Amino acid sequence: MTAAAQPFPGILLDVSHISKTFLSGGRKLQALSEVSFKLSAGRVTGLIGPDAAGKTTLMRLIAGLLLPDSGSITVLGMDATRDSLAVQSNIGYMPQHFGLYEDLSVQENLDLYADLQGVPREQRAARYRELMSMTGLTPFTRRLAGRLSGGMKQKLGLACTLVRPPRLLLLDEPTVGVDPVSRRELWAIIYRLVRDQGMSVLLSTAYLDEAERCHQVLLLYAGRLLGEGPPADFASALNGRTFSVQAPGMNKRLLQQRLRRAPGVLDAVIQGEAVRIVMHQPLAPEAAALLPGSGLTRISPIAPRFEDSFITRIQALQPEKTPMDFLQPPRTGGTATAGVVIEVENLSRRFGDFYAVRNLSFSVGAGEVFGLLGANGAGKTTTFRMLCGLLPPSGGSLRVAGVDLRLAAAQARARIGYMSQKFSLYEALTVKQNLDFFASAYGLTGKPHGQRVAWALEQFELSSYAGDNASSLPLGFKQRLQLAAALMHDPRILFLDEPTSGVDPLARREFWARISAMSEQGITVLVTTHFMEEVEYCDRLVIMASGELLKLGTPEDIKAAAASREHPQPSMEDAFIALIEAHEQMRMAS
Amino acid sequence: MNGLWQRALALALKELRTILRDPRSRFVVFGPPIIQLLVFGYAATFDLNNVKYAVYSEDRGEAARQLLAGFSGSPHFRLTENIQRQQQIAPLITDRDVLMVVHLGPQFSRNLAMGRPAAVQIIIDGRNSNTALIALGYAQTIVNQFNRDWSQSHGIAGPPASLQTRAWFNPNLESRWYFVPGLAGLIVLVVTLAVTSLSVAREREQGTFDQLLVTPMTPLEILLGKSLPGMLIGVAEGTFILLVAVFWFHVPFKGSLLVLYSGLLLFLLSVVGIGLMLSSLCTTLQQALLGSFLFMMPAVILSGFATPIANMPQPVQWLTLANPLRYFLVIVHSVFLEGASFSVLINQFWPMAAIGVISLASAGWLFRHRLY
Amino acid sequence: MNPDVQNRGGSRMRLRGLLRKEFLQIIRDPSSIAIALAMPVILLLLFGYGVSLDAKHVPLALVVEQPSAEAASFTAAFNASEYFNPQAYQDMRSAELALMAGRVDGIVRLRGNFVSRLVRGPDAPIQVVVSGMNANNARLIEGYVSGVWRSWLTQQAGLAGRPLAVPVSVEQRVWFNSAVRSKDFLVPGLIAVIMTLIGAMLTALVMAREWERGTMEALMVTPVSMREILIGKLVPYFALGMGGMALSVIMALWLFGVPLHGSLLLLFLCAALFMLAALGMGLLVSVVARSQFVASLVALVTTFLPAFLLSGFIFDVGSMPHVVQAITYLIAARYFVSILQTLFLAGNVWVIIIPNALALCAMAAVFLLVARRRSHKRLQ
Repeated sequence: MTAAAQPFPGILLDVSHISKTFLSGGRKLQALSEVSFKLSAGRVTGLIGPDAAGKTTLMRLIAGLLLPDSGSITVLGMDATRDSLAVQSNIGYMPQHFGLYEDLSVQENLDLYADLQGVPREQRAARYRELMSMTGLTPFTRRLAGRLSGGMKQKLGLACTLVRPPRLLLLDEPTVGVDPVSRRELWAIIYRLVRDQGMSVLLSTAYLDEAERCHQVLLLYAGRLLGEGPPADFASALNGRTFSVQAPGMNKRLLQQRLRRAPGVLDAVIQGEAVRIVMHQPLAPEAAALLPGSGLTRISPIAPRFEDSFITRIQALQPEKTPMDFLQPPRTGGTATAGVVIEVENLSRRFGDFYAVRNLSFSVGAGEVFGLLGANGAGKTTTFRMLCGLLPPSGGSLRVAGVDLRLAAAQARARIGYMSQKFSLYEALTVKQNLDFFASAYGLTGKPHGQRVAWALEQFELSSYAGDNASSLPLGFKQRLQLAAALMHDPRILFLDEPTSGVDPLARREFWARISAMSEQGITVLVTTHFMEEVEYCDRLVIMASGELLKLGTPEDIKAAAASREHPQPSMEDAFIALIEAHEQMRMAS
Repeated sequence: MNGLWQRALALALKELRTILRDPRSRFVVFGPPIIQLLVFGYAATFDLNNVKYAVYSEDRGEAARQLLAGFSGSPHFRLTENIQRQQQIAPLITDRDVLMVVHLGPQFSRNLAMGRPAAVQIIIDGRNSNTALIALGYAQTIVNQFNRDWSQSHGIAGPPASLQTRAWFNPNLESRWYFVPGLAGLIVLVVTLAVTSLSVAREREQGTFDQLLVTPMTPLEILLGKSLPGMLIGVAEGTFILLVAVFWFHVPFKGSLLVLYSGLLLFLLSVVGIGLMLSSLCTTLQQALLGSFLFMMPAVILSGFATPIANMPQPVQWLTLANPLRYFLVIVHSVFLEGASFSVLINQFWPMAAIGVISLASAGWLFRHRLY
Repeated sequence: MNPDVQNRGGSRMRLRGLLRKEFLQIIRDPSSIAIALAMPVILLLLFGYGVSLDAKHVPLALVVEQPSAEAASFTAAFNASEYFNPQAYQDMRSAELALMAGRVDGIVRLRGNFVSRLVRGPDAPIQVVVSGMNANNARLIEGYVSGVWRSWLTQQAGLAGRPLAVPVSVEQRVWFNSAVRSKDFLVPGLIAVIMTLIGAMLTALVMAREWERGTMEALMVTPVSMREILIGKLVPYFALGMGGMALSVIMALWLFGVPLHGSLLLLFLCAALFMLAALGMGLLVSVVARSQFVASLVALVTTFLPAFLLSGFIFDVGSMPHVVQAITYLIAARYFVSILQTLFLAGNVWVIIIPNALALCAMAAVFLLVARRRSHKRLQ
C-alpha cells in the first residue's frame, strides 16, 4: 500500500555527515557538525547529551522539518530533505512540547490525528481500543485534553503519534516533567512497541537512568557525536573507579559537598544513605585523603553506571569549569531566622467541585530543604501558588515567615523567591535586561544593583549569554536564568517548582550544589521534582496524591515505610511508586 | 516613596523594551500611525473637489451660457460631458460616471428675459447622501451668485432682507481644520489602547504576571509601571501629529500649549486606564483583542469626530459620556481654532480625570483578584 | 489502487479532520462566535441608531434687538423648523459667549434698524454667525438658515400680494435616496467596516496561536500539506463571517428599513468575495507575525482606521488627492462599500459591480497566495 509497508533490510535510518548552523542575533551557532550514524530495526536508541547539544535539531532534521546545511539523511529509504512529505507520512515524531489541542477531548484529538495520518475508517475502532488500553486512557476518552495531568498528556501525545503504526518513532524528551509512575508506564509502552511490532525508536532524554534502558546510546555534545554503543560498554570503561562513601553523623549534603572538592574525585552525588564518587584514577581512595579530620568513614567499591561515564566524558571536555567553587552570594542584610518558617494547617483549595488540595498540613523549619512530591496533578503547584499568595485558599490557614502573603504588605514578599514550573521570564528581553528588571523590582538600586546582577551573571555562567534574548536560550540556561532572577534579592525562603525539569545532569549537579550552599546559610528551600535521586538531597519531604498528604518524613522514613519482603531496601523511586500505587488501590476499593 | 518610583520605572523600562526591542512591534507602533496621519489628513474632509458633472442644455441663449460658466468656473466641479438627449442622463448617474447632471430646459433664456421664473434642474446621485447634499449646496451658491448678478444688471429689485453670514473660528469653513487635529485623538487612542490593552493579558498568558506578583511590587507600582509606556508613546505620537497639523496642514493654533497638553495627558490617562482595565479582565490575548475592538470602534464612531453627538438619539448620547475621546476632541478643537482657556473647558477636563481614576483603580484591584 | 486517487481520498480525509477540529475549537471557545455574530449586531445597533449626518434641533441663538411684528414672524419661522432649537438671547454679547462655550452652534441677529430698513430699503441685513469649528456642520447650518430665510421671504411676499422675484430657482432631484436619509448610505457602509474588522480578528490570531501553543510542530510532521492547513483554517471562519454578514443584512433591511434595490443573491456573492479578502488579510498577518502579540498589534492598528476613513464610507474618495486615492485602492472595504451602496440603493448596476467584484477577487487571491507562499512546512 504505502512505502512503509515494504521491507527494509536492516537499516531504517542513515544519517551521514550532517551539519547545521543557525543565525542567532547576528552570531552563527553550530548546532550540528558532521554527525553520522545508522539505526537498525527493532531497537531503542537513546540520544543523550547536555543542554544545547543539538538533540532537538537532529530530531527535526530527521523529520524533515529543517534543512541540513550539508550531508544527507535517508529515512526508510527516502531522502528526508527532498521527500519530506513522504517521510512525514511514514514516521512518528513527538516533539518536546507535543501540541495537543487542549480544548478538544481525548477522543477528538485521536480522531484528528487519525484523519491527518489517513488511517482507514474501518481500522480505527480496533486501533483506538488498543492505544487507549496501552496508555491507560480508556476511562478518560471524553475528557478535554487540557484537563489531563502532565503524564496523561504525554501518553495521549504518544497515542496520537502512534495512531498509524510507524516503522520509526522519534521521541524528543518524552519524559520531561512526567512523574515516576507515568514514566515507568511510558517505558513499558515503548518496549512493547519494539517487541510486538518491531518498531525502531530514537528518543532523547535528560534522565540518565533511562539511557541504561536503551539498546544503544548516541552521545552528543556541542553538535558532535562523541560516542555510540550499548550503555553497558560506556559504563564498563570506568571499572574500578567508582566507590560509595559513608560518614555516619555527617549531614549527607555536607559530605557530598566536601567530597566534590576532595582531591582525585571527579564526581560526587548523594545516593541513598551514602555518597557515590568517581575517581580520576582506578585506585581505591584513602579515607584520610578524602575527608581529612573526620572520623568514621566507610569506603566500598561499587559497579559503575552510565551516568558516571557521561559525567566523566563531558567534564573532560570542560576542563576550565569548576562547578564546585560556588561563591557565597553577598549578604545584603537579614539574619537567619530560627524555628518554624512555613506553617500549613488544613489547607484546601477547590476549583468548582474538584479539590486540588485538601486538608494539607505540614511545617518547615528554618534552613530546611523540604521536598514536595507527587504524581502530575497531585496539587503541588496549587500548594506553591497558595503559599506565594497567588491564589487564595478555600479553607485552612497558612503562614510564611509569620504572615499570609496574600494579605500581608508588599514588603513581606521581599523575603521569598519563587520559580515557577513553566519558564516565565520576559522572552523578548535579553538575559541582562531580565536580571536588571527583577533586581529593580525587588528594590535594589545603585551599586548593590550592579553588583548583584554581575554576581548572577557570573555565578550562573550567563555572562556569555548576557546580550541574548531569553527566548533563544537552551532550556537549561533558561532554568538558570529563572533561578538567578528568583535569587536577586537574597530571599530567606525559596519556592522552586520543578526547577530541574528538562535540565541536563551537569547543570543539575551545579543547581543542587547551590541549593546545599544556600541551605547552609539558613535559607529555607521548598522544592518539587520528578527526579527521585534528587529527593535524597531533601531533609524532609511530603508525598501528595490527589491533593492530600500521603506521607511526611525524611527520605529514610519514606523508604522504610515502603520496604517489603520482596524489596527490603527499596530505592526512592520504588518507594514512591509503591506508595502511589497503594493509594490508587485504596481509592479504587472505596 | 523612592522605592515606589524606582520599581515603577523599572517596570516601565521593561514594558518599553518588550515593545521596542522587537523590530516588528516597534514598526507597528510607530510606522502605520505616521503614515496614517498623512494619508488620513488628506482623506478626511467633507470639502468636495473636482466633482464630475455633465451638462444637458437645451437652450443656447446667453443667460444659459452665463449660468453654466458659473459651474465650469468653480473649483468644486469638473465638467466631463455635454449630453444631447434626456435618455443619456440615467446611465451616466447610475454608473457613477458623474455625480450630477445640470439640466436647462429649452425655454430657460426666454423665461428669464421675460421676467418669468426660470428653473435649473439638478439631478444628483444620492447613494452617498452627504456628498449629494454638499454638492447641492455648492450648486445653490453658484445659482445665488448668478441671481444677484442678473438682478443687478437688469435692474430687478432684490429680496427685501438678505443674510450676511460669517463663520467664526474657520472663516472659509475648511473641514481639514476640523479633522486633522481630531486625528490626533483618533490615532493616539488606537495606539495607546493597543500598547496597554495587550500588556497584562500577554503576561498572564505567558505566566510572567505571577512572577511579577511575587515581587514586593504593589498594585500602585504595577499600575504606574504599566501606564507610563502608554503615556510616553501617546505623548510622543500626539506631539508629532500636532506638529504635522500646524506645520504641514497649516491648521491655525490659537490656544495655549499648556491647556492642550493638560488635556492630552488626562486623555491618555483615561485611555491607559481603560486599556489596563480591559487587559486585566482578560486571560488571553484573543480576549484582550476582542475587548479593545469593542471599546475602540464605538469610541471612534460615537466621538463626534465624523458625525455630531447632538444628532444622536438621547440614549446614545448618554453612552458617549463615558467616551474619553468625546471630551478630548472638544478640547483639541477649541484650543486649536478658538484658543479656549481652562475655564471654558473645565467640563471636558474632569470627566476624563474621573474615567481615568475609576478605570485605573479597577485595573489595580483586578491584578490580584482576577485569578481564574 | 491508483496512488493519485488514494492521495485525493487522503486529502479529503485530512481536510475533514482539520475542519472538524476547527469547528470544535470554535464551539468550545465562544469568543470566536462572539466576534462573528454578537459583535456585528451590537455595533450595527449602536451605530445604526447613533450615527447620522442629518443635523436636527441645532441649538441656535436668536437676538432680536427691537421687537416688531416682522421680527416675530421671522423668529416664528425658526421655531417652526425641525432643524432648529432656537433660544432667545437679550444681546449679542451673551449670544457670543454662548457660541464660544459651545452652548449654541450659531447666532441669528436682527438689528434695531431691521424694520425700518425692511420698509424703506435698500435691504435689511440679517446677521448670521455660525461656529466654524466643525466645518461640515457649519455648512449644513448655513444651508438650513438660508432655507428658513427663503421660505419666510416667500411668505412675506405672499402677504404683501406681490410674488417674490427670484430669477433662477434650483429644482433638485436626488436619485436613489430622494429623502436624503443619511442612514440609507451609512448602514451599508458600516456593514463593510464591521466585516473588515471581523475578518481580520477571526483569522489574525489563528495561525499565530498554533505556533505559540506548539501544535504547529505536531501538525507539520503528519502528511498534511500547508495548503490543507490553510484551507482548514479558512473555511470555518468564512462560514462564521458569512453568518455575521447575513445577520447584518437582515438588520439593515428590517430594522433600519434600508431599501434593497439589487439582488440578494448578488449581494451575498460579493460579500463572499469580500469575506475571502478580509480573511486572507488576517491570515497573512497571522502567518507573517507568528506571535499573537504582534498579530494583535497589527490587527488593532492597521485595520479599523483605514477601513473607516479611506473606504468612502463617510468621506468621498473622489475628492481626495490622487496619491491618497491611489492608496485607497489597497483597502478592500473601499470596493465593498461601493458595491453595497449601489446594490442597496440603486440596483444591479453591472458597470459598478463587475470591476469592484473583480478587484475583490484579485485582493483575495493575492492575500491568500502570499499567505500560502509565506507559510512553509519547515521550522525556521
